[in-house]
Amino acid sequence: MKIWAICLNTFRETVRDKVFILLVVFAIIMIIASRVFGFLSIGQEMKIVKDVGLGSISIFSLLVAIFVGTTLVHKEIDKRTIYTIVSKPIRRYQFIVGKYAGLNLTILVNVAMMSAFFYLSVKLMDGTWSFDLTMAILLIYIEVMVVTGFALLFSTFASPTLSAVFTFLIYLAGHLAKDLRFFGEQSMNIYLNVLSTGLYYILPNLTNFNTKNEAVHGFPIASTFYAYSIFYGLFYCAILVTVSSWIFKSKNLK
Amino acid sequence: MTSVIEIEGLRKTYRSGIRRKGIDALNGLDLSVAGNEIFGFLGPNGAGKTTTLKILVGLLFPSSGNARVLGKPLRDLSVLSRIGFLPESPHFYEYLTCKELLDFYCRLFRIQKAERSKRVDALLLDVGLENAADLQVRKLSQGMRQRLGIAQALINDPELIFLDEPMSGLDPVGRRKIRDMIHGLKSRGKTVFFSSHILQDAELLCDQVAIIRKGRLVTQGKLQDILAPKQASYEAVLTDIPDAAIESLSRVSESLDKRDDRLHLVISGRDNLLAAQRIVVDSNGAIDSLAKTRGSLEDTFIEFIEQGLEGGKAG
Repeated sequence: MKIWAICLNTFRETVRDKVFILLVVFAIIMIIASRVFGFLSIGQEMKIVKDVGLGSISIFSLLVAIFVGTTLVHKEIDKRTIYTIVSKPIRRYQFIVGKYAGLNLTILVNVAMMSAFFYLSVKLMDGTWSFDLTMAILLIYIEVMVVTGFALLFSTFASPTLSAVFTFLIYLAGHLAKDLRFFGEQSMNIYLNVLSTGLYYILPNLTNFNTKNEAVHGFPIASTFYAYSIFYGLFYCAILVTVSSWIFKSKNLK
Repeated sequence: MTSVIEIEGLRKTYRSGIRRKGIDALNGLDLSVAGNEIFGFLGPNGAGKTTTLKILVGLLFPSSGNARVLGKPLRDLSVLSRIGFLPESPHFYEYLTCKELLDFYCRLFRIQKAERSKRVDALLLDVGLENAADLQVRKLSQGMRQRLGIAQALINDPELIFLDEPMSGLDPVGRRKIRDMIHGLKSRGKTVFFSSHILQDAELLCDQVAIIRKGRLVTQGKLQDILAPKQASYEAVLTDIPDAAIESLSRVSESLDKRDDRLHLVISGRDNLLAAQRIVVDSNGAIDSLAKTRGSLEDTFIEFIEQGLEGGKAG
């Protein structure tokens, strides 16, 4: 109940803080994409709309994750709203889990509404909606959950600006994890090889959540890949929240 | 009476920078607070008042030393459910309404829905915010926020209430309201521990005070005991005093000033006051007004702080 109270509160605050204004921007992009790109690429319009739709859902969710996520804990300390919460009978991990769940709930509603708009755009253009498109959106959401986890982790000890930079770097590195390992293996230097392999296992492999291309072009994806990616993402989130809670447990709230 | 707060040798060092250079906020603080009293925790800026409060409510971790609240160690959840805390210049979620905010705090105490609604309405009424129940926090004035802060501190009907500078930023009417609330809490058997640098409020409210400086206790005791050693003085305005009596009065007064047909006197000590009264009665004069101007808490406070500055007196 305590975690749920903090989660609901975080959701309510972010919603009233006009986070959903991004939805309006998304809607405008979708309308422009379906009208303009349709003219420019005869016969390819549906693929373009799907591409722009999935890409926009991904970018806008990431924006919320990075910009709201990195201020999640820091803002509470900076604005001193945390004083009247942590002095109540709650454990510090409950606060962290509640904040994380609250932001994820906001992003979930955001993604759901963008997806509904995306679905309508596809249907209005007589396009087909596949199961893989739904799964691509689900994996985008799980990827954003992982990124939010990093934003939360950094916000427990760094300023919002630094946290945003760190989170963005992790996001980039997460998409280059496979390349990083590949280059390490190609290298003759044993240290570089060990380092790249180590980083490969520590950094999140965010390419596991990217099935946009396959979904747009209708390439088949194995159901085991979906299962693995979902499990991998949720496991990674659990680790990030645990580490964040552990750091926050002994934090002095000055 | 058993102590509700016991602090022994509490130290807190803030470390910052690459070299982790330390600044001592608390330097071996000892304190004991009995139940059902209004306890004033006084000290100049940077004395360690807020740090002490934050340690007692679990926001900060002490560097060393011991503290027990309601007989239990710090951050014990059972203790946190029996205390209330109002931080200095409290901040709340700006987009929530007063009602939503208090409901949220109720949930942190696992108060059931039916009870939550009753309790929130009653508290809003108590603090005079019943008409602002559906107003978002960002639209509240400073005084209203302070009262909302008091309401959240009382949401669990706590036995012990910590108030950090509860009067700061309030106008005289607001301060009066908060003072009345604090008196009301005491009459309901609660203990109120509040820090303040507004000594007039402390003087009007406190049963007991502690003065700290540089993270150490300078003095602690009942207000009347701390003020007692100071010689009380009185200001009197007399009329119809014959010249012969003026001569006698000048011997028992600190100063004597004749303006028109009135005599203004400053008398030091109770014996001199009684002597002056006798002279007035014997000479068929009249006492127009008489006011006690004893050493205030402010005088005592400044005296202790200055003593501390000179000799580093610690209690």
